[in-house]
Amino acid sequence: MIISKPKLSGAEIFFECLKREKVELIFGYPGGAVLKLYEKLYDVDFLKHILVRHEQGATHMAEGYAKATGKVGVVLVTSGPGATNTVTGIADAYMDSVPIVVFTGQVPTHLIGNDAFQEADIVGITRPITKHNFLVRDVAELASTIKKAFYIASTGRPGPVLVDLPKDVINSVCEFEYPDKIEMRGYKPTFLGHQNQIKKAADIIKKAKRPLLYVGGGVIMSNGYRELRLLAKENNLPVTMTLQGLGAFPMTDEQSLGMLGMHGTYWANQAVNNCDVLVSLGARFDDRVTGKVDSFARNAYKIHVDIDPTCIDKNVVVDLPIVGDVKHVLAELAAEFEEAPDLTQWWKEINQWRKECPLQYEKNDGKLRSEYIIEKISEKTKGEAVVITDVGQHQMWVSQYYKFTNPRSHLTSGGLGTMGFSLPASIGAAFGIKDRPIISISGDGGFQMNIQELVTAAYHKLPIKIIIINNSFLGMVRQWQELFHAEKYSFTDLSESNPNFVKVGEAFGIKSFSTNTPTNVDSILDEALSYNDGPVLIEFKVVKEDMVFPIIPAGQTVNEIMTKRLDPKEMV
Amino acid sequence: MKHTIAVLVENQYGAFNRVATMFSGKGFNIHSISIGETEVPEISRMTIVTEGEDKIIEQVVKQLNRLIDTIKVIDLTGQTRVERELALITVFYQKGTRAEITNICEIFRGNIVDINNKTLTLEITGPPDKIDAVVNVLESYGIKEMARSGTVALKRGEQLKHEKKETVV
Ligand SMILES: Cc1ncc(C[n+]2csc(CCOP(=O)(O)OP(=O)(O)O)c2C)c(N)n1
Repeated sequence: MIISKPKLSGAEIFFECLKREKVELIFGYPGGAVLKLYEKLYDVDFLKHILVRHEQGATHMAEGYAKATGKVGVVLVTSGPGATNTVTGIADAYMDSVPIVVFTGQVPTHLIGNDAFQEADIVGITRPITKHNFLVRDVAELASTIKKAFYIASTGRPGPVLVDLPKDVINSVCEFEYPDKIEMRGYKPTFLGHQNQIKKAADIIKKAKRPLLYVGGGVIMSNGYRELRLLAKENNLPVTMTLQGLGAFPMTDEQSLGMLGMHGTYWANQAVNNCDVLVSLGARFDDRVTGKVDSFARNAYKIHVDIDPTCIDKNVVVDLPIVGDVKHVLAELAAEFEEAPDLTQWWKEINQWRKECPLQYEKNDGKLRSEYIIEKISEKTKGEAVVITDVGQHQMWVSQYYKFTNPRSHLTSGGLGTMGFSLPASIGAAFGIKDRPIISISGDGGFQMNIQELVTAAYHKLPIKIIIINNSFLGMVRQWQELFHAEKYSFTDLSESNPNFVKVGEAFGIKSFSTNTPTNVDSILDEALSYNDGPVLIEFKVVKEDMVFPIIPAGQTVNEIMTKRLDPKEMV
Repeated sequence: MKHTIAVLVENQYGAFNRVATMFSGKGFNIHSISIGETEVPEISRMTIVTEGEDKIIEQVVKQLNRLIDTIKVIDLTGQTRVERELALITVFYQKGTRAEITNICEIFRGNIVDINNKTLTLEITGPPDKIDAVVNVLESYGIKEMARSGTVALKRGEQLKHEKKETVV
């Protein structure tokens, strides 16, 4: 006798699948094409749906949640405008390899291509910004497609996956069976690095006189930070990190050189310039890191560990590639070492660079500065908070002055550089992380890009410290205008148009503060950090025209580094 | 340098689009691209002729491999292979030139597949450089229209060991 399995609707299958993927949160916004899903959602109790106020917010929330927890972030939106609003967040997740799955409603299959109401070819639109995407054309394929989507998003080099769900597919019924394994002949990420290559790499690092570890976000994503610490600490190796790598190695440790690249520390960039062996771990030689490619670590033997073969030899040709999961490769590398190499001379040089050109800013003129605020936050949270930045000057100051001690603690939009990232991403992080302070830091410009999500934070009483560094300018653009565009401050001055941020906060029911004096910083931060019944908003009115130093202008080398504003007297 | 790359992809909705848009998005060249079924119904075979320095070709191959629907990528360049292209060429004739054109067609082992009071249509198959040669000669007569299929290519058969059939994947 054949016992047939129960038949479920597409909508029921959808939630059954999410249950099996252990999804606990969805960030979403309803609309016509997904009404059936929302009808079912009404009775679903195993997950929480967070109503956002703009679909871009949903994708950044999913990113924040995914980056902070390592789990897959999930988004559900309607067709057409709902779907197109997710595009920026998807592109952001693609550039920074964040595992999210975005479900979009779609018009019924028989109307696809008809310019139907709220139709958009979202699969076509997102092809180049997703790791993969699917249009589900038959309810029989729904379960296996969802399984694949989560698998692809979270394995190998993680990334966003979009699943487009036509209305009729969600409405029709079919037997439900969730596959427990998935086989895709076209997708088999390399996990283990090549043994001989790893051995060879270890031999070369052992013999190096001036080795340097160059650590990217891959180390954090693969959870390889313990292995990194082991390798670095046991062998006294210097470590520099990319923007996405910050936190992979404690920045309070003497062996941390801080960030490298355009706004990196002088000593990290000198170390890159002078090292004889450069070991890139889950980093991709981005142009913000390398500057002039031909000169980047030009005397170094380059070893590149990455799970994505396309990253290897893309920007910089390396001597020894190792394709594999960074965590595994690091563990195997560490096991190859017996005794620590003697690097006294190399450390002497590095420490000399440290002294030559430390990070510094004006502290004695009584004015409020971003660097000071960030140093204070770092101190008060002992480098253990989850700090989510936006894009611009404040972002670079955070990377310089916040001493991250933990992985998954520095969340920022690196690859795409998306203003408006911080607030929604901090909401996602706050849903995932309950035992550490969540600190969102934005500029006055970027803060206004997803300002609507203040509601989401307030409604859910998330204890986020929402910090606005208000310099009354689109600061980073102003800086480039001053340095490279003849001081034409074209459309970057916001002082006449900025809203009253405290009133904005209060309108959303959020406890809000503002100050422009350094002496108030301590007390406001203390009060904010001890308040956990909901978000707090703090506007710090800082000096208007500060610049981020050091800076290596785009496409140049450490020799062209600028460490301070040119004194007009020196300019003659 | 020109490269001929064979790509086996899942015969699935949008698979061709993924490959084509990857090329345009990454700024890679496409000289020709052709797609069709293989001996396995779920798998399509694309033949792509592209051009670039070694470093670029290496990226092309890696990026093709990175696409989830891609099952196998083979750079046939430098391997012994059979390459063929089909061209349909409609060319003008006048009194006296008709025989010449027919003659050219014979030299290249082509067929005349259509004729009217002004034009002849030739069907030519062969390696792409042979098609180029035909086009070259016919140009002086006036080519009215031309359609080229793009290259298809297969590795030349090695001796199979015993009766074992080569299976894809
Ligand atoms: C969505 C988006 N639009 C434009 C830019 C270009 N951009 C980069 S930094 C910046 C200025 C940011 O100003 P603000 O948010 O006030 O931060 P600040 O630099 O002053 O810290 C702009 C406009 C961007 N990165 N993202």
